[in-house]
Amino acid sequence: MNAFDEILGMLGDPLMQRALIAAILVGVTAPVMGVYLVQRRLSLLGDGIGHVALTGVALGWLVGSAMGLAPTDALAIPGAVVAAVIGAIVIEIVRERGRTSGDVALALLFYGGIAGGVLIIGLAGGSSGNLVQYLFGSISTVSSADLWLTLVLGAIILAVGVGLRTALFAVSNDEEFARASGLPVRVLNIAVAVVAALTVTVAMRVVGLLLVSALMIVPVAVAQLVTTSFRRTMSVAMVIGVSVCVVGLSITYWHYLSPGATIVVLAIAVYAVVALLRPVIGRRRPRPAHDPHPDIPDDVHVEGGTTCNA
Amino acid sequence: MTASTTSEPLSPAIDARGVHVRLGNSDILRGIDLTVRRGEVVALLGANGSGKSTLVRALVGIVPLAAGSVRLLGTDLGPDVPWARLGYVPQRISAQGGVPSTAEEVVASGLLSGRRLRLPRGWRERTHAALDRVGLADRARQAVQELSGGQQQRVLIARALVRRPELLILDEPVAGVDHPSQEAFAATLTTLTREGLTVLVVLHELGSLSPLIERCVVLRHGLVVHDGAPPSPAGGHADAGHEHVHPHEAEVSLAARGGDMGLTDTGMLP
Repeated sequence: MNAFDEILGMLGDPLMQRALIAAILVGVTAPVMGVYLVQRRLSLLGDGIGHVALTGVALGWLVGSAMGLAPTDALAIPGAVVAAVIGAIVIEIVRERGRTSGDVALALLFYGGIAGGVLIIGLAGGSSGNLVQYLFGSISTVSSADLWLTLVLGAIILAVGVGLRTALFAVSNDEEFARASGLPVRVLNIAVAVVAALTVTVAMRVVGLLLVSALMIVPVAVAQLVTTSFRRTMSVAMVIGVSVCVVGLSITYWHYLSPGATIVVLAIAVYAVVALLRPVIGRRRPRPAHDPHPDIPDDVHVEGGTTCNA
Repeated sequence: MTASTTSEPLSPAIDARGVHVRLGNSDILRGIDLTVRRGEVVALLGANGSGKSTLVRALVGIVPLAAGSVRLLGTDLGPDVPWARLGYVPQRISAQGGVPSTAEEVVASGLLSGRRLRLPRGWRERTHAALDRVGLADRARQAVQELSGGQQQRVLIARALVRRPELLILDEPVAGVDHPSQEAFAATLTTLTREGLTVLVVLHELGSLSPLIERCVVLRHGLVVHDGAPPSPAGGHADAGHEHVHPHEAEVSLAARGGDMGLTDTGMLP
């Protein structure tokens, strides 16, 4: 009964209610876009966008203090949204133009984003200490206005990420074939980049910019250990995302721990456990009955005149 | 059979004029004219690096044209092409994605084209019918990554066939593919061409497809050097001791198979 009362107490706390709603939204949406990033082997894109978003936070702060707004960081999140979207489009254009310089461009954005953020926050009359809550999350300070913004962005992410699933899968799985099918490849690529940027800014409050990518990628990494289909990978990743967010946040209600870090460590622990248990529970998946060797004819005549071609 | 006189009420399936393609500093294609009439089965041959893959990639809009024009099914290359009536089979899955996907999912993605961004009604039945056509009906729920090279190639063929295309463009569909898959593919293609399918196929050797091929276009150094009946194999290519180097794995065969018709850059045509 005691544990039950404790949980009721947690659910009755308005601060915790808002935090839990935000955590559920982030837990559902982050893996949706994460699936496409993993599919394109761009797992670190979320990190790059996150670093750029930091400059946006600082810019929002600068504009806010120049306009004399009541909380000086009132424009921090809108600033992050704008900077992240622009950063994502720049990364996408660079990726499309030159294939080799993609990771260098990403690196430039990483370092430019952090340095820009620290520099601009100083100009705005703050210190880099003000950025810490964005770097590592501050879910306990989520206001109802924040929550509404999160809700709207979350709806957009789900509408694009789930609604256009087949088209985004097609373009992520084989971009050339998508082009040869007359699909609007550039529009779809930019849609993935922009929606990934929105995801980063949504998740920023919960886990912080430095750990955003973990919430997009780790649930997907766990899911693909146990699934064989893209669709299943996405839904399993969403379930894992929500679970680690809610459980991780709840732990911090009773223990004084950083919510963002707790959630990410939990997600990685789930990965480790699933990876270790997979050989045991993996039996559920029927082993293909055929020879695993590729069916390439060897063109060699072997004694007896048979060709070894299983 | 040959590229001669049948009265054509319809515009050609493929009509390419003066196609130039530059990649970096090199001219890969230097003015290619290619017409494929409806119902024709045309093979595109040439040595490695002669530009045949680049040509089909330019025809379907993957590689940009530096000069020239391409009309597909009577429409200039662009968003207005009836993409749902055209199927393309690449050499391989260009880059395997990081997330597992089933054969069914990969084939279903072929149902999207042009402005259609969502699956049509009855997609599952059409997907299974296409997988059945390439003999993989039982593998629909299996991850593509777990299939063999030949089976993966057949999944890509099913992805092109699921649209029920009028025009099929294939880039070395049987290179490095096991013999049962090659023969299954030839049988499938025979049925489809009887139903009126137009085919342009890039081949390294005619092999099991030779009974189907009505016309051969041979590229050399980015130019068309032959357009007509299938040419005879290069001297020595069919000899027992000939070392046959495949384009991808560069596997060396120790004994050439019967009917093997390879093309090398030198000595294929007098």
